[in-house]
Amino acid sequence: MNELLKKLTEATGVSSAEKEIRILIRDLIADHIAAWHVDSLGNLIALKSGTGELDLRIMLDAHMDEVGLMITGVDSSGLLRFETVGGIDDRTLLGKVVRVGPKKVTGVIGARPIHLLKTNQRKSIVKRESMRIDIGAKNKTSVTSKVSIGDLASFITEYEELGPTAIGKAFDNRAGCAALIEILRGKPYPFDIIAAFTVQEEVGLRGAKVAAYGINPDAAIVLECTPAYDLPTDQDISPNVALGKGPAIYVMDRVTIQDPRLISHIMRTAEENNIPFQIRQPGGGGTNTAVIQAVHGGVPAATIAIPGRHPHAPHMMINLDDYKDYVKLTEATLRSLKPQLFIRSTLKE
Amino acid sequence: MKTFDLLKNLTETPGPSGFEKHITENISQLWEPFVEIIHVDRIGSIFASKSGSGIEPRPQILLAAHMDEIGLMVKEVINRGEYGFVRVTNLGGVDIRHLYNQSVIIHGRRDLPGVMASQPARMLPDERKNEPFGYEDLVVDPGLHTETLMELVDIGDFISFRQPLRKLLGNNVTGKALDNRASVAAVTICLEELQDRHHEWDIVAVATAQEETRLLGAYTATFAQAPDAAIAIDVTFAKGAGLTDQGYPELNSGPMLDIGPNVHPGMFKALKEAAEAIEMEVSVGTHARGSGTDAFGIQVARSGVPTGLVAIPLRSMHTMVETVNKKDVERAGRLLAEFITRLDSGFLNHLAKAMMEEEE
Repeated sequence: MNELLKKLTEATGVSSAEKEIRILIRDLIADHIAAWHVDSLGNLIALKSGTGELDLRIMLDAHMDEVGLMITGVDSSGLLRFETVGGIDDRTLLGKVVRVGPKKVTGVIGARPIHLLKTNQRKSIVKRESMRIDIGAKNKTSVTSKVSIGDLASFITEYEELGPTAIGKAFDNRAGCAALIEILRGKPYPFDIIAAFTVQEEVGLRGAKVAAYGINPDAAIVLECTPAYDLPTDQDISPNVALGKGPAIYVMDRVTIQDPRLISHIMRTAEENNIPFQIRQPGGGGTNTAVIQAVHGGVPAATIAIPGRHPHAPHMMINLDDYKDYVKLTEATLRSLKPQLFIRSTLKE
Repeated sequence: MKTFDLLKNLTETPGPSGFEKHITENISQLWEPFVEIIHVDRIGSIFASKSGSGIEPRPQILLAAHMDEIGLMVKEVINRGEYGFVRVTNLGGVDIRHLYNQSVIIHGRRDLPGVMASQPARMLPDERKNEPFGYEDLVVDPGLHTETLMELVDIGDFISFRQPLRKLLGNNVTGKALDNRASVAAVTICLEELQDRHHEWDIVAVATAQEETRLLGAYTATFAQAPDAAIAIDVTFAKGAGLTDQGYPELNSGPMLDIGPNVHPGMFKALKEAAEAIEMEVSVGTHARGSGTDAFGIQVARSGVPTGLVAIPLRSMHTMVETVNKKDVERAGRLLAEFITRLDSGFLNHLAKAMMEEEE
C-alpha cells in the first residue's frame, strides 16, 4: 500500500485551514531539505539545494488545500448550516459524512426525507441551503463547546487500493503533494528547487501567487490532479483525460496558456524516456500556473497533472501506474532542464 | 452486548432485499442464546421461538422486524473501453438524490468495492439539467479493467451500501441500514431481557425478508406462524434537517406507538399501558391509510391478526446516513419485553372487547 498517499489523503486541510496537512508535510520532508518557512498565507516553502552546476531556480508548486465546507450558522435544533469552500456540486453533498472543525466532530449531511416531499419536488436537486450537518447535538447550546461558526469541515474517506486503482479523498491535490515530496526526497538536482506547498488554490489560486512572488523563480512546474472524464457517456465527445493513459500535460485552461517551451520539453522528455502521457483537453479549469506566470516580470510555467475520477467529491479515484509515471515524468523533466530552454531570441544584437 | 456494538454488527452486514443470507447468519448467532428453536423459511425470513410458561394451549405473540435493507442490483455490465462499469436498478425506495459518489459493494463472484459515479452534469440533456442523477446516468465504478469485471460480475448480482456505523454526539449513531437493523437490535434486546423474566405466551421473533420491496416476509411469516397477536417494529421519521413539522418525534423521545388502520386499537392501548407501567415516555404517531410497514401485511394474513406497531425515530430515512439514538433502540426493546410479560390468558378477550365496548 502507498503509505504516503494514504497519509496525505486522509489528513484534513480545507482551503484557508491547512494547518494539519502543512504540519504533516513539513514532518515528511524535514530531513530532506535545507530550509523551510511558512509565509503569511500559510504556504509551506522548502528549499532543496542543488549541486550548483546550473544557474537556475525552479519552483515546484503543489497545492495542499482540499475542497470542503464552512459552518455558517447553528439552528436552534442544533443542526449546522454550511457553505461550500471550493466548487462542490450540490448533488455531491447529500448523505455524505464529514469531520468538523479542530475537534474533528463527526457529522452527516441531511435534508428533508424524499418520502415527505411532494412528487414534483422529488425530481429536483436538493439545494445546499436546504441541507444541514447533523452532529447529534440536541440543541444550539450543546454545539457551542464542540463547533464554532467559521469551522471548516472535510469529507471522510479511508484510502483504499483496488487493483489497478486507488480510492481516496482529495487526490486533488494530495497526489501532487505526494509527488513533490518524493522529488524532495530524491537525489539533488543540478539546480536549486524551491518547493511550495501552497494554500487556497480551490478558492481562487490565492496561495501560489504570493509564494511565487516571494520565490521569484526562473521557471515553475505545477503538480496537479485533473478530472478524468472516462466514464460512459451518451454524447460523442472528443478524447479526454482517462485513467491509465499516464500523466496529463496542460496546454491551455480557462485562465492561461501554459508555456509552450516547457510543454515541448516535457513531451520530449516523456518520449525519450518511454513514459506514457496524455494532453489535457484545453478550455476549462484553472491551475496555479496562471498566477505564477504573472508575478514580477513573468515566470514560464506549466502544469503536469495526474488524472483523477470524481473530482471534488469524497471518493476520488486514480490509477496507481499513472501515479508512478507522474512522478517519473516530473523527475525526468527536471533532470534534463537547461537554462537555454528559457532564453527567447534577441531581436537585435 | 453493548448497544453500539450490536448496531454495528447488524448495520455493517450486507442484506439488501432478496439477498438476506449474510444478515440471517448474524441474527441467528445473536438470537441463539435466548431462544429454543431457530429456522429459516423458503423466503429467507428467520424465525426464533421460545415457549411461555402458561397452561397449554398457549397463545402466541409474533414480533416482526424486517431485516432487509434497501440496495441496488446489477442491470448491465458496460464494457465500452478499458475499464468496466455497472449500471444498476434499485431494490426498495433508495433515496436516489444522495447516491452520487457513495461507496457500495457489488456481491459478485467476490465482493467488489466501488463508487457511484456519473457522466458530468453538463452532459445531461437540457430537460434534466436541474435533476439529480438518475439510474440512466449513474454507474458503479469499481476501478477495474473490463476483462476482470466481466469475470467477476453478472446481471442480477446484488449491491449493498457500504458505510461503517459512527458515533455522533449524545447517544446518537449514524450509518446505513438502521432502517431496519435498529429494530432487529431492539428485538434482540427484548429477547435478552426476557431470559430472566416470566412470560405466559409463546414468543416467535421473526426477522422478515423483502419488506422494502413487497412486504413479502410479513405475509408469509404470519401465515406460517398463525399468531394470536403481533407487533411490527420498524422506524419512523424523526425531526431533523428539513423536517421540523408538527407530529414528528425528536430523536431520544422514546419509541413511537402508531395508531391507524393497520393497528388494532386494543394493541395500541396495551402497548401504551406497558409504557406507563415502566414510566417510559413514548410518542404517538398516526397513519391514515397504510403504515408502510410489515404491519400492513401481518394484519391481513389468514383470517386477520390483531397487530400493533412500535417505531424507532430515525433521521434521513433510506440513505446511508440514517441516524438514531441508542437509547430509543434500548427503550423499544424494553417496551416489547414489558408488553410480553403482561400478556395473559385473558388478553385475547380483552382485544375482542376493545372492538365492541364503549371507551371508558
